[in-house]
Amino acid sequence: MLVRLILQKILMLLAVVWAAGTLNFFIPRLAPKNPIAEKLTQMAGTSGVDPTKIQEMSEAFNAKFGLDRPLWQQYLSYLGDMAQFDFGYSITKYPVRVADLIAAALPWTLGLMISTTLIAFVLGTLLGAAAGWKRNSRILQILSPLIMVFSAIPFYLLGLVLIYFLAAKAGWFPISGGHGIVSIPEWSWEFAREVLHHAVLPSISIIIASIGTWAIGMRSMMVNVQGEDYMTFAEAKGLKPWRLFLRYGMRNALLPQATALALYFGHVVNGAVLVEIVFSYPGLGSLLLDSIKLFDFPTIYGIVFILTLTVAISMLAIDLIYPLLDPRVRVGGLNG
Amino acid sequence: MADAAPVMPASTEVLDGKRPWLIAALRYVNRNPSLGIGMVLLLALALFSGLGRLFVDVSTAAPLSAPPGAAPGPGLLFGSDPQGRNLLSVMILGTWLTIRTGLIAGAIGIVFGSALGLISGYIGGRTDAIITWMIDVLLTVPAILFLVMIAAVVQTGLSSTGMALVVAALAWRKPARAVRSQMLVLRSTGYVEMAKLSGGGPLRIVFLEIVPNLMSFLVSSFVAAVSAAILACVGLEAMGLGPQNEPTLGMTIFWMMEFSAFLRGMWWWILPPVTILIILFVGLYLVNAGLEELSNPRLRQRA
Repeated sequence: MLVRLILQKILMLLAVVWAAGTLNFFIPRLAPKNPIAEKLTQMAGTSGVDPTKIQEMSEAFNAKFGLDRPLWQQYLSYLGDMAQFDFGYSITKYPVRVADLIAAALPWTLGLMISTTLIAFVLGTLLGAAAGWKRNSRILQILSPLIMVFSAIPFYLLGLVLIYFLAAKAGWFPISGGHGIVSIPEWSWEFAREVLHHAVLPSISIIIASIGTWAIGMRSMMVNVQGEDYMTFAEAKGLKPWRLFLRYGMRNALLPQATALALYFGHVVNGAVLVEIVFSYPGLGSLLLDSIKLFDFPTIYGIVFILTLTVAISMLAIDLIYPLLDPRVRVGGLNG
Repeated sequence: MADAAPVMPASTEVLDGKRPWLIAALRYVNRNPSLGIGMVLLLALALFSGLGRLFVDVSTAAPLSAPPGAAPGPGLLFGSDPQGRNLLSVMILGTWLTIRTGLIAGAIGIVFGSALGLISGYIGGRTDAIITWMIDVLLTVPAILFLVMIAAVVQTGLSSTGMALVVAALAWRKPARAVRSQMLVLRSTGYVEMAKLSGGGPLRIVFLEIVPNLMSFLVSSFVAAVSAAILACVGLEAMGLGPQNEPTLGMTIFWMMEFSAFLRGMWWWILPPVTILIILFVGLYLVNAGLEELSNPRLRQRA
């Protein structure tokens, strides 16, 4: 049963990756003109770029995309390249490969996304659990609507507000970037401190806006759990309130939160892209913006593919952890 | 932002009529404050944009119509940007453009999405399984990334209506998923069985028996779809992928970042679009929460 479940999830992952690759292939071809060829002729027209280099590039692109072959052959070889993370060359930074550009930016994006997701998940879940448990607490009654309203605001708008008040006006944090302009990335305490200092505002804007999402779900689950018979029984047994809260309340209310976590990754990728742009954070979002501005299509496609893959893999990871949390799935009691 | 507040008292005075349904509505809003506050926020924005153009010459939203980079002053309430746009006019037009784009994309999304959801849920069986699986796959794909690709390809000469259509291309997924699961619940209810037994055709059953019962659910899905569409549009515009010749709020944010308004201390360029968008998103969220409570009264007891 468990094996079947895992196979099903892996099939889902492959389908998502295939869908992303296929959309990547066909969307540019829906356009009346080939954007890459157009960009290259445009670059050849404007002076400043060596014509022989342009010639070399367009040959490389023609060989890469095999524009003379039938469409289905192009499609198959494209899928093969995607599977090997071969996105070709960047147009604007030729001869740098797109995969290398992405590899340099990916750690920043993943670092920001993973750390903020974890912090927001823990804080939001604890807050929601407390709000559902102690429904009479004054502080929580004031705090929870406020936090829910914050969950409606897109990350990057909060980011802009934070930059204005805490960076531009108060000067506590840098306005943009992932590290100092002059410093060179290295493994040192000094550099690590700088990176953390630059990461504070982008992280806060993601965390504040996502705490609410977790708190809302946890609060209503906690309220539901309290009505269960096993809670009444545990209370009657005379268990300590803390034990009741953690082992009986939290433990059972946490399950739907884990499912929500899987769905949340797509949301956080959408949001993190714009947060990076707002903060000029050196991750994939900023790389995406630069590529859009310079019409560097191979890089745009590469980023879209990698980010979709990131979402799909995170979802698979959650799906695989889920049976460990919920014994019923292991035995095959839930939807199979 | 300072202009949005004074509008609100006026709108409540209008509601102070003597008609009984109004009193009933007000009593209900009193019990469901998020619906009331949300409506007031959205109404304030609508009034700002609707009445604003009666008092301000909105053609000054075009570049070179005001002294460049001027701080707010008597003749120029919101100041201007370095390209000489009167920012008050930009906000008045941009608010309307943003809401309109959201309404178009949200409407297309909810119509196509619920049609697909109704069909899938009504037919059931293998067709339903395949459609649902496909929707699930597409839901995994981060929307903004694919919208970036579409917008980057069609880029030149995109109008704000075209923008709405681009966003609508992915706006149907969530409504389809949600309507389908509601359909599954309703399909097996007694009155639908009854209608089937009395010989009603599928169209008759779906439109006369099922859709009326889903109405409040569809309305709150619509509000959620509008909000998601606006989120996507403004995001694309902030990346410089929106319409180039129309003064949208997202484009203002894009230019503001390009011209490093933060370093120049041009707060009048930064805060108005951000504030208007925050009011819009919070308003839509509260209305949606209120509508959910309206359609599912059990939530009320929990609160």
